[in-house]
Amino acid sequence: MGSFAKKVEKFWEVFYEHGGYTRVLTGLRNTFYIAVAGLVIGIIIGTIIAIIAVSPKYKRLPRILNRICRLYVGFFRGSPMVVQLLLFYFVLLPLFGSRMTPLSVCMLVFGLNSGAYVSEIMRGGIMSVDPGQMEAARALGLSYWVSMLKVVVPQAVKNIIPTLGNEFIVLIKETSIVSFVGASDLYVAFSYIGSNTYEFMVPYLVMALIYIVLVAIIALIVKMIERSLRKSDRRN
Amino acid sequence: MIDVIDLRKRYGDLEVLKGITTTIRECEKVVIIGPSGSGKSTFLRCLNCLEDPTGGEIIFEGVNIADMRVDINIHRRRMGMVFQQFNLFNNKNVIENIMLAPVYIRTQELRAKKIKNFFIRIRNLFTSNKKELYEINTTKAKIIEEAKEQALKLLRRIGLEDKAYVYPSTLSGGQKQRIAIIRSLAMNPKVILFDEPTSALDPEMVGEVLDLIKQLADEGMTMVIVTHEMGFARKVATRVLFMDEGQIVEENTPEELFSNPKHPRTKEFLSKVLSVH
Ligand SMILES: Nc1ncnc2c1ncn2[C@@H]1O[C@H](COP(=O)(O)OP(=O)(O)O)[C@@H](O)[C@H]1O
Ligand SMILES: [Mg+2]
Repeated sequence: MGSFAKKVEKFWEVFYEHGGYTRVLTGLRNTFYIAVAGLVIGIIIGTIIAIIAVSPKYKRLPRILNRICRLYVGFFRGSPMVVQLLLFYFVLLPLFGSRMTPLSVCMLVFGLNSGAYVSEIMRGGIMSVDPGQMEAARALGLSYWVSMLKVVVPQAVKNIIPTLGNEFIVLIKETSIVSFVGASDLYVAFSYIGSNTYEFMVPYLVMALIYIVLVAIIALIVKMIERSLRKSDRRN
Repeated sequence: MIDVIDLRKRYGDLEVLKGITTTIRECEKVVIIGPSGSGKSTFLRCLNCLEDPTGGEIIFEGVNIADMRVDINIHRRRMGMVFQQFNLFNNKNVIENIMLAPVYIRTQELRAKKIKNFFIRIRNLFTSNKKELYEINTTKAKIIEEAKEQALKLLRRIGLEDKAYVYPSTLSGGQKQRIAIIRSLAMNPKVILFDEPTSALDPEMVGEVLDLIKQLADEGMTMVIVTHEMGFARKVATRVLFMDEGQIVEENTPEELFSNPKHPRTKEFLSKVLSVH
């Protein structure tokens, strides 16, 4: 036990007195940026794919678009996110000669990946909306896309808020891989502390705690949003 | 106003409409009756192409809207539709339900004009024969203001002003259906299609909805109504169509059709429904 206390002491020295916490804060911020950007991009892409997936297919264009979307979803769901991240950063970017910071690449890849998952969630949400809603909008002379975006999708989103919350938690957890392309997140911050103290037990323990608390807080927020939505259902 | 010529609709092997030909004239109130599954809803839904006909023509204001190349959205704006299940938008409050389509469509038209004017201006820079700009005498704010006024006026008319800002889930069936009716009125349609507007209502609310439809009928609105309310049909209809197995079996004035049906299937149907009531 005595040696554990010593380890904590060493950790605290680097964490607090040598400014290790600024790295942790940066890592936390990046984790958050990547997860939020990922979810936002994911919702946009996922919604577009879902609308294409449920649109009537007797014209040529929706059929072609749908096939492209299926390839897209197949790729992003069918390979590990680490692989996607590496592919983007070390293969695609150099090929296109594009210079992006590791952080923005991570946001983009997390968004693209999340889009594939959100599209399935969103498709379920859209299909759970009464088809009469679409018919009424169409009967008023609104186009398919306008009816979708103004009437159907808002109701679908309401139905899938809990599942989207889960997706956000998945993204938060997945951020622990971004160091593969040199973005700094919590893992990088705590590894830095660890390698400065030659001692990894406490840093990784604290890191685990931070992840758990973070996820618990988000789960709580999602639950609160859910509850307030249900309440508004009743009150309205 | 609507000429239906040999309208056909099939789902796979099932032919639901087997060649319907009829004309709906301005100010007519056409009531469609018939046994369940006879294709009444399908016929109504083909009239505004919610279901695409698989054969025949629907000439509405001179345009064959069954042709897949026409922009059906434009024509639907002149044709209201009221559903059995009301279909108010659950994510919008009452006044938003009424304003959504008019505001969106008028704003869209305004934007289209502005874009056209922009190109005309550019074109006019380079030629001496100047083209005239489209006249724009409204703004988005004005469109919203006017739509809101109109919506409130319609709500006042049915005595539901106080419900303007509540969501549909708190309304009774009768209130929902009356709001659905004025929502379609807000588009200033030439004709309104009703698909069993009172079938999903508790009996005590049927009256308020039928009264509103009757009022509109008396004001001269053209209507096509599918209903099982024979008493109402007799009162409001200028013409009754009896449909069975995807065809119009018999059509006549309500007096004639109800008291003196000619076709055996009409007789059978009427004897069934009238004995129930
Ligand atoms: N989307 C559809 N797919 C397949 N069959 C349908 C569809 N819609 C309606 N039908 C069939 O068409 C027939 C007529 O239906 P409908 O027009 O709803 O009759 P009604 O309104 O007179 O009761 C029924 O046999 C019904 O099963
Ligand atoms: Mg029906």
